[in-house]
Amino acid sequence: MPSKYVIHTREVPDRFKALTKSGIIAWEEGCLKCAVCVKKQCVYGVYDNRGLDPQQMIDSIDNQCMNCYRCVQSCPRELIHKSSNPEFKAMGDIHWTPDIIARLWYQAQTGKIPVSGAGYPGPFTGPGFDSMWTDMSEIVRPTRDGIHGREYISTSIDIGSVPEHLMFTDSGDLACDEPGLLDIPLPIIFRLPSFGSISGETIKGWAMAARHLGILLALPSGMIKGDLEEYKSNLVPVYRAEDRITRLGDEIRMVKVIGDKSNKKLIDKVRNSYPDALVAVSIPLTKDSQEEILGLIRMGCSIFNLEGTFHGRSADDQSRFAKDDIRAIHQALVREGIRNNVTLLAGGGIAMAEHVAKALICGVDGVFIDFPILIALECRMCHRCQKGLSCPVEIEKAPPKWVSARTVNIMGAWHNQLLEIMGAMGIRECRRLRGEAGRAMFFEELDREIFGAMDKLEEGLELE
Amino acid sequence: MNLSNHKKFEMPEVVPARSRFRNPIGKYRLNRNNDCTSCGKCVEVCPFGVHVLKRGKVYVMNHYLCIGDDCPEPCHRACPVNALSITRNPTFEVLGDYRWPADLLVSTWYEAEFGRVPPKGLEYKTGRSGGGFDKLRIVFKKARQPVPDDEDIDIGVDLNRRGDNAHRVRIEVPFYGGGMSYGSVSISTMLSRMRAAKALGTFCCTGEGGYPDELKPYDDNVITQVATGLFGVREETIQRVKIVEFKYAQGAKPGLGGHLLGDKVTPGVARMREAVVGYPLFSPFPFHSVYSVEDHKKHVDWIKSMNPKALVSVKVSTPTDVDMVAIGSYYAGAHIIHLDGSYGGTGAAPEIAKKNIAMPIEYAVPRVHQFLTKEGVRDKVTVVASGGIRSPHDFIKVIAMGADAICTGTADMVALECVRCNKCESGRGCARGIATTDAELAKLIDVEWGTRRITNMFLAWRMEIIRILKKLGIRSLKELVGRTDCLVHLDYVSKA
Repeated sequence: MPSKYVIHTREVPDRFKALTKSGIIAWEEGCLKCAVCVKKQCVYGVYDNRGLDPQQMIDSIDNQCMNCYRCVQSCPRELIHKSSNPEFKAMGDIHWTPDIIARLWYQAQTGKIPVSGAGYPGPFTGPGFDSMWTDMSEIVRPTRDGIHGREYISTSIDIGSVPEHLMFTDSGDLACDEPGLLDIPLPIIFRLPSFGSISGETIKGWAMAARHLGILLALPSGMIKGDLEEYKSNLVPVYRAEDRITRLGDEIRMVKVIGDKSNKKLIDKVRNSYPDALVAVSIPLTKDSQEEILGLIRMGCSIFNLEGTFHGRSADDQSRFAKDDIRAIHQALVREGIRNNVTLLAGGGIAMAEHVAKALICGVDGVFIDFPILIALECRMCHRCQKGLSCPVEIEKAPPKWVSARTVNIMGAWHNQLLEIMGAMGIRECRRLRGEAGRAMFFEELDREIFGAMDKLEEGLELE
Repeated sequence: MNLSNHKKFEMPEVVPARSRFRNPIGKYRLNRNNDCTSCGKCVEVCPFGVHVLKRGKVYVMNHYLCIGDDCPEPCHRACPVNALSITRNPTFEVLGDYRWPADLLVSTWYEAEFGRVPPKGLEYKTGRSGGGFDKLRIVFKKARQPVPDDEDIDIGVDLNRRGDNAHRVRIEVPFYGGGMSYGSVSISTMLSRMRAAKALGTFCCTGEGGYPDELKPYDDNVITQVATGLFGVREETIQRVKIVEFKYAQGAKPGLGGHLLGDKVTPGVARMREAVVGYPLFSPFPFHSVYSVEDHKKHVDWIKSMNPKALVSVKVSTPTDVDMVAIGSYYAGAHIIHLDGSYGGTGAAPEIAKKNIAMPIEYAVPRVHQFLTKEGVRDKVTVVASGGIRSPHDFIKVIAMGADAICTGTADMVALECVRCNKCESGRGCARGIATTDAELAKLIDVEWGTRRITNMFLAWRMEIIRILKKLGIRSLKELVGRTDCLVHLDYVSKA
C-alpha cells in the first residue's frame, strides 16, 4: 500500500468578526421585557454566549443566530423580526458569491467539509461549473472503494510529459531520457491573487502551506528572495517578457512563462536557464487556444496554464465558460493522439472544491487557485485594496503561521471533498478523473434530451 | 389494504392543527393605530378571521391568514377611520430558499393546519429553483371532457405488479413516507408519520436505524429498511412487515455512506442499532456484498427466504446509468424501484454531495420509465420517485413523466413546521424538535398534533390531486403515468 496522504487540520479562529447571512434580529417598540424570547428560549444560547444583559433589548447583527425563528414565533407581542444582513448580501460578485465566500471562511476556520441537512436548497442549475453533475456508482457499476478504502484514493497528479514508451538497451538499462515528471499530491497549485492586501508575511505563510502540503506556489520571479529562499523547492517563479531572467537555483522544479508563440525567445531563454526544471506556458483561454497549443507543442512545450478570467469565463468572450473551452481543448488533444504528452492546468475563477473536480472531469490535469487562499484569510472581496483603501480585515498584518494554518485547513477540506466525489464515482485516482466526461452529466444535454419535446403549446390552453 | 378483500377505504376527517408557536409566520402584517374605535367593521369584512373582537376591543389575532392584495374586500379599505394598514412581513422575506421559497413553506403550513390548499395570495404550486419542476407546467386541454365525481377518481396504487406470491398491497393515496431513521429524527416525529400513514391507508419507512418497539402497533403500515450498515436489521423485523426496502443509496448523499455522530448515539439509539453508546456509526457505501446485479439478486432472495410474502423495494440514487440500475433491480426480483433524486434528502450531508453528485429526479424518472417500457417490463414493476417533490403539482408532474407513486420526506418535516434552517446536525440538533434525539427538544412535538399536521397536509394534497385529475379529464391516476403530453417546459415553449 502506498503511504496515505492526510492533511491534518485544526480549528484556526478568525481574527475579525465574520459577516453572516442571517442577521438582524429587530425589536419593534412596545417590548414588555419579559425575556421569554431569545434570552430564555434560544436553543443556541445566542444571548448567553454573547454575554448580553437579558434586560437589554438591542437590535443585533448576530453571527450566532441559526435562523430557527423560535424567538420570532414566540414573542408575546409579535415584535421580533428577522431580516438578512445587507453587508453580507453585498459581498463579492456574481461569481464569488457571498455563500461561496462564507463557505470558504468556514473551511479555513475549521478544516471541515461544509455539511448541512434538509436537501439542497439552491437553484436547479447555474452558470459554468454549476451546470454539471458528477456521476456515482451503483449496483451495475460499483465502486471498489468503500469507506475503508477512501484513505487510499489518490489525489496525486503528474506534471510533465508522459512518454509513449520507454526504450531499453540489451543490458536492460534505460536507453532514453528519464521522463521529467513532477508528482504533486493534490491537483492544485497556489498562485498569488491579482489583488489583495498581501504582505511579505502573507506570501511566506502561503509558501509554508505549500511546503506543508507538498504542493507549489507560483509567484513573480522577482519576489523570490529573502525569507522565501528556503521554500524554493515549492516555489514556481513566473517570468514575463519584460523580466530579466536569472537562474534562482537548483531547487526550482518548475517555472512558468507568461507568453505565447510570439514569445518563443523568452521560452527558450527560460528553458536554457532551467534545463532541469519543467517549464509551463501560460496562455489565455480563447477560441484560438487549440491552435495556439498545437503550435507551442511543436515548439517543444508540454505544460500549459489555460488562463480564464477571474470569473471562470473565456478570456476573449465573457459569454463562454472556461469549462467548455477546456473540454474542447482536451478533446482536440485526444483526437490528435497527444493528450498524454501534455499537462493542462486551468486557472481563473476556481472557487470551490467541486470546481477542481469538475475542471478535471472536463479535461485538465490540475488547477491553479488564487482567491480561495486569500478568502481563507477572511478577505471579503470588497476590492478596497484596489482603490488604495485599508483592508477591513488587515490581511497584511496576519502572521505567517496563521496564514499557513488557515490555508492548510482549506486544502484539508477540499481534499476531503475531492475524496467524496471520487469515492462516489468509484474512481481511485485523480489522474483517472481527467477527462472522464462520460461520468458527468451536463445540463444542456440532459435538459434538452428530457424536456426538449415538451414544447407543444397550442393557443388557448390553460397552464397550471 | 389487501386487494382481495378490498373495502371502500374511509379517508380521515381534517382536524385543524394550529401552529405550535404563538405567532405563525405569514406573508402580511396588519398594523392598527390608535385611531381604532373598535367598531368591528374589520372583523365583519374579513373572510379569514384575521381580526377578532374580544371584550369590546378589536385585535389582529391571525396576521398569517391575511391574503393581502388578493383580498376582495380589504379591511384596511373598509375601516371607517383608516386605522389599519397592511405591510409585508419582514420575516417572510428572509424565510425559505430556491427550492422551498417562503410562499411554499407558508402554504404547506396552511395545508397542515387546515387540510386544504391556501385560498389565495400564496404560490403553493412551485418553487423558484429555475429548472425542473419549477419550469414545468401542467397543460389542460380546452375541450373539457365530462368531469366525473370526486368519488369516481381512483388515486390508489397497487404496489405488487409482478403478480407473484407476495402481498397484494394497495396504497389508498399515491404516496408513502420515505425513510428517516430513529436517531436522525425523534421518536415523536417518527410516530407522527407512522400514524398519519395508517390513517391515510399507506406506509412509512423506518429508515436505517432499527425498528423501535413503539412502532409495533403500526406493523401493517411500516416499511423497514435494510441499508449498508445493517443497523437494527433482525430476522424478526423483516418478518414483521409487508414491505422491505433495500437502500443502496440516497438522494441526500448519493454515493456516500451514512454517518451518525457519536453524540447522537444515545443509549436508546445504541440499543436499537446494537452499537456502543457515544461512538459514531458509519454506514458504508456501497453494500460491500453487492458488486453486481447477481449479488443484488442474492440480497433480494435472502429477504424472500425470511419473509416470502414481503414486497421488496429497491431504493437507488440516480447515476448516469440509472436506467440500467432499474432494469437490473427488476430482474433481481424487486417489486418496487424507488428512485431518490439528488436534490432531495432530509439528513445532514456534505454540501458538495447534495449539490453535485447524481441527477435530479426530473431527469431520472422519464429515463427509467422509457427504458423499462422499451424493455417491455414497465407494467411489471412499480416506480416510486422521491427527492424534491414538494407539492401536489410536483406530484402530478412526476407521475406524468412516468412514476407510479412518490415518497415524501422533507414535506412531512415542513408540515411539522420545519423552517429549513438546514441546521439538522448542529448542536443539540433541530431547534424545532423535529430532527433531534435531544430529550428536551423532542418534547416540542406532541404525537397527536404531529399526526394531524401530516395527515392534513396529505389530505390537502389528495384533494388537489383529484381536482387536477378531474380538470385533465382523467379518472384513474394510472392513466396519467408517462403522459408527458400533459406537460410543457417553459424554457422550450418560449423558444419554439
